Amino acid sequence: MAHNNSYVDKKFNVVGTRFNRPDGIDKVTGKARYGADASAPGQLVGKVLRSPHAHAQILKINTSKAEKLQGVKSIITFEDLPDLTGADQGMADILENCMARGRALYDGHAVAAVAAIDEQTAAKALKLIEVKYKKLPHVTDVDEAMLPTAPIIHDRIFTRGVEPKPTKPSNISSRTEMGNGDVDAGFAAADVIIEHSFKTEQTHQGYIEPHACLASVNPDGTAELWVTTQGHFVFRNVCAGLLGLDIAKLKVTSSEIGGGFGGKTHVWVEPVALALSRKANRPVKMVMSRDEVFRATGPTSSTSIDVKLGAKKNGQITAAVAELRYQGGAFPGNWAMLGCMTAFACYDIKNNKSIGWDVLVNRPKVTAYRAPSAPMAAFAVESAMDILAKELRMKAIDLRLKNVAREGTLAPYGPTYGPIGIEDTLKAVKAHPHMRAKLKPNQGRGVACGFWFNIGGQTSTDLNIGVDGTVNLAVGTVDVGGSRSSLAMIAAEELGIDYENVKANIADTTSLGHNDMTEGSRGTFSSGMATIYAAREAIEVLKERAAKTWGIPLEDVSWEAGHAVATGKGHGNLPKLSLREIAAKSGRTGGPIAGHNEVTADGAGMGFASHICDVEVDPETGRSTIVRYTVVQDAGKAINPDYVEGQFQGGATQGIGWALNEEYIYGEDGRLQNPGFLDYRIPVCSDLPFIDTQILEIPNPNHPYGVRGVGETSIVPPLAAVGNAIANATGVRMGHAPMSPPRVLAALDALDAG
Amino acid sequence: MSKSTLVSTTVNGDAVEFACPTDESLMTALRDRVGLTGVKEGCGTGDCGACSISLDGRLVCSCIVLGVEAEGRSIETVEGLSQNGVLHPLQQNFIDHAALQCGICTPGFLIAAKALLDRNPNPDESEIRYALAGNLCRCTGYDKIVRAVQATAKDMRKKGRS
Amino acid sequence: MRVSLSSSFRVGNDAEATLEVQAETIAQLIAFLADKFPNLREVLSSDVAVSIDGQIYRDDWTQTIPVGAEVYLIPRIEGG
Repeated sequence: MAHNNSYVDKKFNVVGTRFNRPDGIDKVTGKARYGADASAPGQLVGKVLRSPHAHAQILKINTSKAEKLQGVKSIITFEDLPDLTGADQGMADILENCMARGRALYDGHAVAAVAAIDEQTAAKALKLIEVKYKKLPHVTDVDEAMLPTAPIIHDRIFTRGVEPKPTKPSNISSRTEMGNGDVDAGFAAADVIIEHSFKTEQTHQGYIEPHACLASVNPDGTAELWVTTQGHFVFRNVCAGLLGLDIAKLKVTSSEIGGGFGGKTHVWVEPVALALSRKANRPVKMVMSRDEVFRATGPTSSTSIDVKLGAKKNGQITAAVAELRYQGGAFPGNWAMLGCMTAFACYDIKNNKSIGWDVLVNRPKVTAYRAPSAPMAAFAVESAMDILAKELRMKAIDLRLKNVAREGTLAPYGPTYGPIGIEDTLKAVKAHPHMRAKLKPNQGRGVACGFWFNIGGQTSTDLNIGVDGTVNLAVGTVDVGGSRSSLAMIAAEELGIDYENVKANIADTTSLGHNDMTEGSRGTFSSGMATIYAAREAIEVLKERAAKTWGIPLEDVSWEAGHAVATGKGHGNLPKLSLREIAAKSGRTGGPIAGHNEVTADGAGMGFASHICDVEVDPETGRSTIVRYTVVQDAGKAINPDYVEGQFQGGATQGIGWALNEEYIYGEDGRLQNPGFLDYRIPVCSDLPFIDTQILEIPNPNHPYGVRGVGETSIVPPLAAVGNAIANATGVRMGHAPMSPPRVLAALDALDAG
Repeated sequence: MSKSTLVSTTVNGDAVEFACPTDESLMTALRDRVGLTGVKEGCGTGDCGACSISLDGRLVCSCIVLGVEAEGRSIETVEGLSQNGVLHPLQQNFIDHAALQCGICTPGFLIAAKALLDRNPNPDESEIRYALAGNLCRCTGYDKIVRAVQATAKDMRKKGRS
Repeated sequence: MRVSLSSSFRVGNDAEATLEVQAETIAQLIAFLADKFPNLREVLSSDVAVSIDGQIYRDDWTQTIPVGAEVYLIPRIEGG
């Protein structure tokens, strides 16, 4: 049956109310099982030996002593992971990232792994593995890596996107350019021009649960993997490809996930655990330590960004240019390109240009972190907007409103916007009581906007009706923030039954068709769409059964408020049949009643937000304290407002941490100096006030309920909201994030001296 | 493998014995020897609070306590919070106020919040925030967690419970 | 139909910013561009998305392109 994804304005009974989530009880009682909470009989403990060098040739790996240690059951190096990737360089990069192939590319890069009967034996075995390294020159800074004198990380990389085609290898994997109009003419027409450079340091998604899995491979090529992941179907496909297993024979079960934010969209220990298990012919459990998570998973880019804006005296921006340099770690990525797409996305600027440079450095392979690449670009552009507003003697919010993007505006990456919410969020911010709250000494207020795409992706869903009328909903998108509740609500809404009668579960990979990962704010959007369609399919079956029971044509049956109703001439005396009544008879009317749907849910709407931040800066220590914070964001349609608010608050808090304290600190030796929560300082409870939220609902025209993804946008504005607040509190413009106490203090001292 | 020591302790009111090497943490012993996986490992170095338990009534990070230190002492974990199938008011309020998203930090927060309310049944917002500053959460921004604790304090004062 | 190419796709070939293409589906569009601009073949196989009237399609290449639609070839977005 064909389905229409167009938005239909309607009154909801279940959707939009606040229901308790179905997985809540297990999580508050400790019953919920995460990646490290599974065990198998005879399991071994797997551990990884990691490079202590930022860049080194691996001359020899001698495992003979370790092999002789009592209790060691298998040891692997890259030789146990043959390269089956063919022409797929992306997969080859993943393989090499999971286990070094002759060269260690960053501090923490996996070099070998062991599986032993317990943790102590495995740790001892690692110490017995002898690795001969030859240190190579390294580079960890994005700007330094672009210099012609920088040590080259891969001599197969020639910069894509430059003419004439380069003949020398480079650490710059690609150059991207996008924009509209004529920026030179735009600047010529400007009354005021401002320019500023910005730098942001590397951060990590910081999920509290380390990566963990339990892998079991049988000699016949069947295998099982229990894993904490944002996408067990993708993990299945990748692991099967890397290990040469058949997809259908690798059963992957997603555990509950203890946070992902983009950092659990890739494999690190999983192929290693499968390879160890295959060699030992026993299950292998691998749990990363916190140190390993920081050093050797997928943090976000560090960046260096220049912005130039030109405007008329009345505030109309005539030209905007950004040059963005992003490092992707030791393998090529598209991070700067994503930054280019988002940099000016909130505004209608006829002449704009963004140039992006994607750069390699001797750091871990960068992975997505909640609206990847957007927070850094927004830090630069939104700070520059405030600098421009100051030059023009305009209110920061008014400058934004004067240039705001609307339906019909050309996006900087090309297409025309449909209905979008940025103007509504700015107007809501302007009207918000927060803007009129009195500020105390040393306090300042900043506003900033943010944008993120939301994506659709492949989704498969099964809805089965039990004989008592209760419903099982099997979905394949991992639940990171409560989507099981929202999906159950959607099913209940469509079927016209009570929310309590629907149970949503995350199915394993053998039970459903492929589902893409929970990322790009797509979980509720896409599984929600598939749930709607699966429910509508089930309703068709329910109507058919009612028609057969009554002996009337199908066209004379309609579905209303959870009941089959006989319409048309002569059927008025037929009493309604409830879903429960039809289900009870299903065995006799044709068998189990179900609805199923596969959909590639394209058409995800865009999420826009505006934030307000009040900060107090201590002039003696440079410490900034957030005293008040407000998030205004367009959710399209909030299925469960509690969980939408939770996404706003969580994303904003990550952005605040990024703005004030979080950074990777690499030494001269190229080693990560702060791979732990003590010195990689994320926000704690006492750092923050309550975070106010306002949900706007401008329906997404390409979703039946108008849903837009909400999970990511809220991490985009905080860096600049905080930066702008600090500027207003102190008169100092911070261009280097995090704006930690030593940096702010140095800037305050410079201001005093100068 | 180093020799194991037999440890006799009380866990959530029940007498429990387990054997562990002397250099094993109480967190690992509780998870792997006693089977209480509600105690979570977030960092292993006492920085995140996910492994929080109550040891003789004192809030500790079990990852920096040795298993053998539990000899003769009394331990409370998240598994012991609900009684006879009835959730503790903290657990109910965490659900009602949507104070959890991924839930990995939730057991630690429940133990820490209980430790606070046990000694201070009427904490103000600042006292709550500082008492919970040893528990990291990456999903919620702490807003709904603080509200859930405030609501619980109010509920428990009304009922005269401690 | 007319398709617009983001400027990064025009490096190394002589593509215009907007060109005329005979294509009823995204698959036909991709095939046409791969044929006309060999240096784009690698990128077209995995790193692009297509915007049709502002709606972004990353995966379903069977999607039909309505007559008169605004079509853009853009980089493939990834979320977190």
